[in-house]
Amino acid sequence: MSVRVLVLRSAGTNNDFETVQAFELAGAQAERLHVQALTEGKRRLSEFQILAIPGGFSYGDDLGAGTVLANQLRANLREDLETFVQEGNQVIGICNGFQILVRLGLLPVPGGDKAVSLVENVSGHFESRWIRLRVDTDSSPILKKGEVLEMPVAHKEGRLVVASDEIFDELIKNDQVAFRYTDAEGTEGDPGYPANPNGSISSIAGIQSPCGKVLGMMPHPERHLRSLHHPEWTRRKALGTVSNDDWKQGDGFVIFKRMVEKALELQGAT
Amino acid sequence: MVAPIWSIEVFPRGWNESNQQGPGVVELAPEDNPRGRALQEEIRSLGWDSVPEIVVSDIYFIQSEGADSGANSPLGLDPEKLKEVVEALLSDPVTQGFSIEQLEGGEDTHSWREALHRATVLKRAGVMDPSEASALHGLADLGLTGFAVRTATRFYFYNKELNAGQQEILASKVLSNPVIEEVFWDRSPIQPPFQIGGESQFQKNSISLEGLDDDELMKISQEGQLSLDLNEMRTIQAHYSKLGRPPSDIELETLAQTWSEHCCHKTFTGVIDYRRVEPDGTETKEVIDNLLKQTIKKATDEIDAPWCLSVFVDNAGVVALDEEYGVSFKVETHNHPSAIEPYGGAGTGIGGVIRDTLGTGLGARPIINTDVFCFGPLDLEYQDLPQGTLHPLRVMRGVVGGVRDYGNRMGIPTANGAVYFDERYIGNPLVFCGSVGLIPRSQVDKEVRPGDLIYAMGGRTGRDGIHGATFSSVELTEESEVVSSGAVQIGNAITEKKVLDVLLEARDRGLYRAITDCGAGGFSSAVGEMGEQTGAKVDLEKAPLKYDGLTYTEIWISEAQERMVFAVPPENAQALEELAASEEVECVCIGEFTDSGRLELFYRGESVGDLSMEFLHDGNPRFEREAVYQVPAHQEEQFPTETSAGQALHRILSSPNVASKEWIIRQYDHEVQGLSVVKAMQGPRRDGPGDACAFTPRFESDATVVVGCGMNPCYGDLDPYRMALSAIDEAIRNIVATGGDPDRVAILDNFAWGNTRRPQILGQLVEAAKGCADGALGFGTPFISGKDSLNNEFQVGGKAINIPPSLLISSLSVVDSAHQLISMDLKASGNALLLIGDTKLELGGSHYFRTVGGEGGIVPDVDLVKAKEIFQKLYSLVEEGWVLSAHDLSEGGLAVAAAEMAFAGEIGAKLELQKVLSSEDLQRDDALLFSESNSRFLIEVSQDRVDDCLKRFGSLPIAQVGQTVDSDKLEIVGLSGESILEESLASLRDSWQRLSKEMGPQVEVS
Repeated sequence: MSVRVLVLRSAGTNNDFETVQAFELAGAQAERLHVQALTEGKRRLSEFQILAIPGGFSYGDDLGAGTVLANQLRANLREDLETFVQEGNQVIGICNGFQILVRLGLLPVPGGDKAVSLVENVSGHFESRWIRLRVDTDSSPILKKGEVLEMPVAHKEGRLVVASDEIFDELIKNDQVAFRYTDAEGTEGDPGYPANPNGSISSIAGIQSPCGKVLGMMPHPERHLRSLHHPEWTRRKALGTVSNDDWKQGDGFVIFKRMVEKALELQGAT
Repeated sequence: MVAPIWSIEVFPRGWNESNQQGPGVVELAPEDNPRGRALQEEIRSLGWDSVPEIVVSDIYFIQSEGADSGANSPLGLDPEKLKEVVEALLSDPVTQGFSIEQLEGGEDTHSWREALHRATVLKRAGVMDPSEASALHGLADLGLTGFAVRTATRFYFYNKELNAGQQEILASKVLSNPVIEEVFWDRSPIQPPFQIGGESQFQKNSISLEGLDDDELMKISQEGQLSLDLNEMRTIQAHYSKLGRPPSDIELETLAQTWSEHCCHKTFTGVIDYRRVEPDGTETKEVIDNLLKQTIKKATDEIDAPWCLSVFVDNAGVVALDEEYGVSFKVETHNHPSAIEPYGGAGTGIGGVIRDTLGTGLGARPIINTDVFCFGPLDLEYQDLPQGTLHPLRVMRGVVGGVRDYGNRMGIPTANGAVYFDERYIGNPLVFCGSVGLIPRSQVDKEVRPGDLIYAMGGRTGRDGIHGATFSSVELTEESEVVSSGAVQIGNAITEKKVLDVLLEARDRGLYRAITDCGAGGFSSAVGEMGEQTGAKVDLEKAPLKYDGLTYTEIWISEAQERMVFAVPPENAQALEELAASEEVECVCIGEFTDSGRLELFYRGESVGDLSMEFLHDGNPRFEREAVYQVPAHQEEQFPTETSAGQALHRILSSPNVASKEWIIRQYDHEVQGLSVVKAMQGPRRDGPGDACAFTPRFESDATVVVGCGMNPCYGDLDPYRMALSAIDEAIRNIVATGGDPDRVAILDNFAWGNTRRPQILGQLVEAAKGCADGALGFGTPFISGKDSLNNEFQVGGKAINIPPSLLISSLSVVDSAHQLISMDLKASGNALLLIGDTKLELGGSHYFRTVGGEGGIVPDVDLVKAKEIFQKLYSLVEEGWVLSAHDLSEGGLAVAAAEMAFAGEIGAKLELQKVLSSEDLQRDDALLFSESNSRFLIEVSQDRVDDCLKRFGSLPIAQVGQTVDSDKLEIVGLSGESILEESLASLRDSWQRLSKEMGPQVEVS
């Protein structure tokens, strides 16, 4: 039994190879597929158990991050996507993929395409830096509340905003805040810039659907698959804590590993 | 009936919605207005004491193309349908609002929302606007086709009246670049450039040269912007006289492009009559036949490294990574366009060098970008800015933005670089962009065969970038901003990214036999080069155009971006076309390669040009130039007085060349592709300046490339030969300090020089080239690729300003395992600090003298025998795993290196200058602290490894000069035994970061 992962690409997708790599390290069979293969009906979403929308600048993001690809998916594949999710398959959107899921209305709840948005960082700059995340949901099939994970962010439009206080309350009530930015001390509350690199409301770095099977996050777990990806590995090595067998030791790897494990579990159950 | 133009304005939600405060006052939360705040920052940097509040909106103009009615035209597209389009595509549902109006007589009726002024900025006709393509794609997904879209940005001003003069300043210095954009203030009627190009007229032209005298020949060259000199014009005249016909316009242009300095490096390959004059007047003379062959290429040939897979023959050099793969490396300059339009110029600079990677062998996958910039001083007063130049601050912000937006969109980490400042770069900023690629070793070679079809892939051809190749070969003047605007290209990274995706897939499927990029000279250079050994026939009307109205010559020499040219066996043509179509990439056959040995150009079936490849490539007359190098007389050091070591260190750390570049680095996505193992910023706070970056290009193997660079224009004025040696030493040093293998380093040269028609300036070039050759041979480090950008001279007020001799050496090394690499941050207290190398009285051109005061002195030399051994010995310590941290000593010498290591690691350090080894028995504290002698490192090892390290070095210079301590200070004990410097790490860090914090994001902490 193997888990098949669709790594969706379009013009401007950048993180497809490393996302494939992450899922393959986790034991899945991952395939890069151009969106046109789906819209033209040459391939079908139903061949897969996990849909990953990786980072990049889909179609250049010149009309706002993720807008054009989200529009294309909504116009051509809306039903397929909804069925895919309803059947209990998992979806992850990373960075641009997160922006697309939000724009598409798959997050925070299906059809909720005017509830939240990811807009320009408060700094007004593209921000590329390593940050710390704390898992803040208890309702995820793959994440454990309180876990702290380190990985890079790299985006200009990652500031989560909500359309109303009610929607924010709803997110909290449904336990949909998957990740919050935190600092080295693990401070509760907003750690401030640059630990919160974009000024997101309530330091939110990622959200999930109420059941947790659709996950969107601005940070890049696929860029921390091995301990040597971490900016301080030379320091850890000097202190004797980096082994030669360093692959799969990165914080980001656990997300892919658990998604694949969960998919296997779901397959076993059917 | 003309179809109406819809004007859609998209603006921040909440903006003056309540209108409680009345006219002229803005109501919008600062965090909802990052664009307005960023502009205010820029205006403040103009020196204005009161700055208006600004709100920015986006305007989209939509018009039906062609037909004036029907469901799909705006006539049939009612505001309700438009509203759906805007909600789906053009606005953010949570943070933006919009209004939809019609543009009538150039006026729209969008609300001013109580603003005092507004300015609408439109791109000029034909300038690339990526938003258009995105909007059209989105409309098509919604089933709406047959539209044209133009975009504009609108700025609303509050809280401050702007007079005409202020409007003019804002328009030209902040809101727009007049070269590519037009500004409409307040209610001035707007005309979105829907009509561009024009009627396509075909008239074949020839230019008779028969019987013309020298003046007339030169007039033709100048008026046609051909940049051909008299000798070349005479050669062309004689050639066509023999043929008995005049050259056609396209033939003359093809020759001008191919023979341009940019394309064939005629200075470097010409004959130089060289005189070297010693201070006492004695002269040595030498005739140098092909400087490139006599120096740089010769060194590479002699070194003959077995791991060099391709040198100097392709778009980039290639070295072996492992048994299966190689890595390519190329660095290009894009100076003149960046001087005129920094954002577009730098973006197309990085786009161009990435295409070099794509066009290397059968195509390499780009994995790392590098960037090195040289700008005028940032604190230049506006009244001192020469006519026709942009302020260095604006140039820098534009250049950084251009590299950022292009590199990030391409998904390639920009991970190594440097920035230098000097007054002489004001009119001539330098922008070096590098690209490293990964290529299967089996695909390093390419060969065009007669019968192969010529395919053009990627962007369409427009009028952009006409005469870029010849433009880059002339001096800039006050007028350049105006006359050369055609030479500015604006890129669209997504087009190139799509080409990259298709190209690599086509490569792996073996669909083509050869490939090159369309760079300077456009099709003329690409096809001309590829068909040099065969012949080529091109039907120019087949090239896809952005708009009608281009002449056949314009099509041929346009430097429109994002185009590649392929040689495709006819049997693979269909597969290639299908592959391209599946990813929405345009790929069109424009001709074929022949066995005629001729370049045959047709337009609509008629022959418009027919050149022999031999004359085109070998017919140009050799350049003959005179060069003189006057060796400057030795000047005794004038040391600065009355400055403490601590003050001097703070001043050097905060000087722009040395100060942190973090604000730039953080804007580049340096982690994309997930291959980065040593970062630009190091240590627990990620604020230490790494010496080199390292990447593992393949997931399957741990083979690692380490990339660094070396440059020091400060040395060039005093001693260009030693400048070259120093740059090579530094480029290798950076790699060794990161744990890279000195015996596996390959280097690249980029000469950016002043006007080499001046013998003194050419003399400096000769000296530097000789330094390059000696350095490469001494270290056994081959050059694998290079590029020159000559004639960087700026004419202002009748005065010629030449840039300093600026040699960039880029370096790349391969190691088998990433695990051995090291970083520069101190790791723990109680460890030994060893200084490697000999510290000499070498302060000529040093940062100590430049920033603190002081003059004279000599430029650091390199003892090539010792330096090579030092690098190898240090590498052996790294392989043993003994080196906990290492940093190279460069600008600011020992003091700066120690400070950076300490604050990066948050570990204190104490050094004793009595312990510093000096073969000259240096007896000055400041000289020991700030000398920039080459081949030196400061390394951290555990105390119990000190003896092993000293033993390993034998007679080579190494000494323990101090230790890491459990404190938050850097302390230095002078020769007297007294402490001469004691500074907190926080204060040193503050000095080093000051500039970066000023330039970086100003985030208001609420």
